[in-house]
Amino acid sequence: MPDLGPLWLTLHLALVTTAILLVLGTPISWWLATTTSRFKPAVEAVTALPLVLPPTVLGFYLLVILSPTSFLGGLWVDVTGDALTFSFSGLVVASIFYSLPFMVQPLQSAFETVGRGPMEAAASLRASPLDAFLNVTVPLSARGFLTAAVLTFAHTIGEFGVVLMVGGNIPGRTRVISIAIYEHVETLRYTEAHVLSAGLVAFSFCVLLLIYTFNRRFPVHVG
Amino acid sequence: MSADLLSLRVRLSFPGFDLDVAEELLLDGVTALFGPSGGGKSTLLRTIAGFETPRTGRIALGGEIWFDSETRVNVPAHRRPVGFMFQDARLFGHLGVAGNLAFADKRSRTRAAGFNRGDVITALDLRPLLDRNIGSLSGGERQRVALARTLLTRPKLLLLDEPLSALDLERKADILPYLEDLPKRFGIPTIYVSHALEEVVRLADRVLVLTDGRPQAYGPAAAIVERLDLQPITGRFEAGVLVEARVTGQDERLALTHLDLDGETLKMPMVGHLKPGDTIRLRIRARDVALATRRPEGISIRNVLPGAVDDITPEPDTAFAEVYVALRTTRFRARLTRAAVEDLGLTKGTPVFALIKSVTFDRRLI
Repeated sequence: MPDLGPLWLTLHLALVTTAILLVLGTPISWWLATTTSRFKPAVEAVTALPLVLPPTVLGFYLLVILSPTSFLGGLWVDVTGDALTFSFSGLVVASIFYSLPFMVQPLQSAFETVGRGPMEAAASLRASPLDAFLNVTVPLSARGFLTAAVLTFAHTIGEFGVVLMVGGNIPGRTRVISIAIYEHVETLRYTEAHVLSAGLVAFSFCVLLLIYTFNRRFPVHVG
Repeated sequence: MSADLLSLRVRLSFPGFDLDVAEELLLDGVTALFGPSGGGKSTLLRTIAGFETPRTGRIALGGEIWFDSETRVNVPAHRRPVGFMFQDARLFGHLGVAGNLAFADKRSRTRAAGFNRGDVITALDLRPLLDRNIGSLSGGERQRVALARTLLTRPKLLLLDEPLSALDLERKADILPYLEDLPKRFGIPTIYVSHALEEVVRLADRVLVLTDGRPQAYGPAAAIVERLDLQPITGRFEAGVLVEARVTGQDERLALTHLDLDGETLKMPMVGHLKPGDTIRLRIRARDVALATRRPEGISIRNVLPGAVDDITPEPDTAFAEVYVALRTTRFRARLTRAAVEDLGLTKGTPVFALIKSVTFDRRLI
């Protein structure tokens, strides 16, 4: 039986990342879905960068920015006494950047589908913009939220390159499942690699199956 | 309660479109914003509601200022005491019928409107629909729910943006009685946007005609429909007059309603719900009126009213002329050929008999 530590660490990382990205991604997506600002294309491009960049590039810059000798990394050390590089906190920060497009794009598209109509209707019924957003737009975008959360979660689980650059391979701190598989293969322990790999394949399949089933069973009712 | 004035001074530009309106609308009963599609009606209504921001101008209801570009006042949409009913209903799909009504009811800031949730549900016959999903409603049902939801905000001013235009004829006929009933039942002044003259004459007390983003005319519905210069907008085919008449009796055997119009008797196919003494508004189209210089005999037309020619307007480049016939206090409008005008020797003051082929019942006034 292989060590299950990397599995729990991975799930922990994915959950924390998804939760933080739900909070951060929602306003960004709403802004992108509704703005007429000329900066919109630039912001869209930046949020989509992690999709096209090799994870090593992203990881390299994050390593530079988060390192205790940098301003940000140094500040973090002063406040928490812990470094952002080669630590779980650093992995969370890296994952947030790495998975950002998987949260923002489905949400933006959901908000664009819902449109301004329901917000105007809610305003005409005396709902403040925040009230209208939370009680009308969010429930009407429920499928978008589910898709975004599941994709973010699953994408974080499969993270490899960024983690290797920023977090290294410290058991119990930064050794996530993909790193563990890599190490098992390097050391020719194929059985352990098989168990973890097959587990990841099965998990990913189940996640996608969940999304597609849900999308089919609950067609959108647009009022 | 004396009627408030809605004072509008609005300048607004979209690419290829300018809205420039300065009017004081008397908010009593129903005011129609009428004009062709793309004329700026809906934009003006959305500006009143706060969904569009004018470049410059001022919007005030009575003493309440909602927008003023000089003092930089812009009350956001959700703080303006207006109810807005959208063309496409915009019900919330995740809430169901009862949930949609509760959404508005909960957020309504005033309870002193003199009606409650139950009254609105009863007025719009919504009780059987309360447990339904929005997705299962027909177009007409949606509009009824939307209207109820809007009323439950207890607005000071009701804004209806073409609420019938998405419906087929039959559904329109289902909803119209509810709309007609509104002013009497809830006493909320209403601005009603429409490009259908039929709806306007049935519902409106006053009309503001808007084309190319500019007001063309504002006044009582009857006067606006009569104006010849507005024909390109109101439509020549439907040109006619609105007149008021009093119900004198119902003839059950022949299924006729008897009316008194300026001391003359007028008979029309029976309108069941009228009672003697009711004052009603009729529409008489110019093409349904023929003229005779002597009282005709042996003729199937029942309504023959004596009067005198008041005015003749030939239509250039066509065979037709519009002839106004004055009774004691009202006027008819007849559409004749110019040849007929010449043959009969009609001039201002010629005594004539107006033969009215048909009369359309518009609405009960009191």
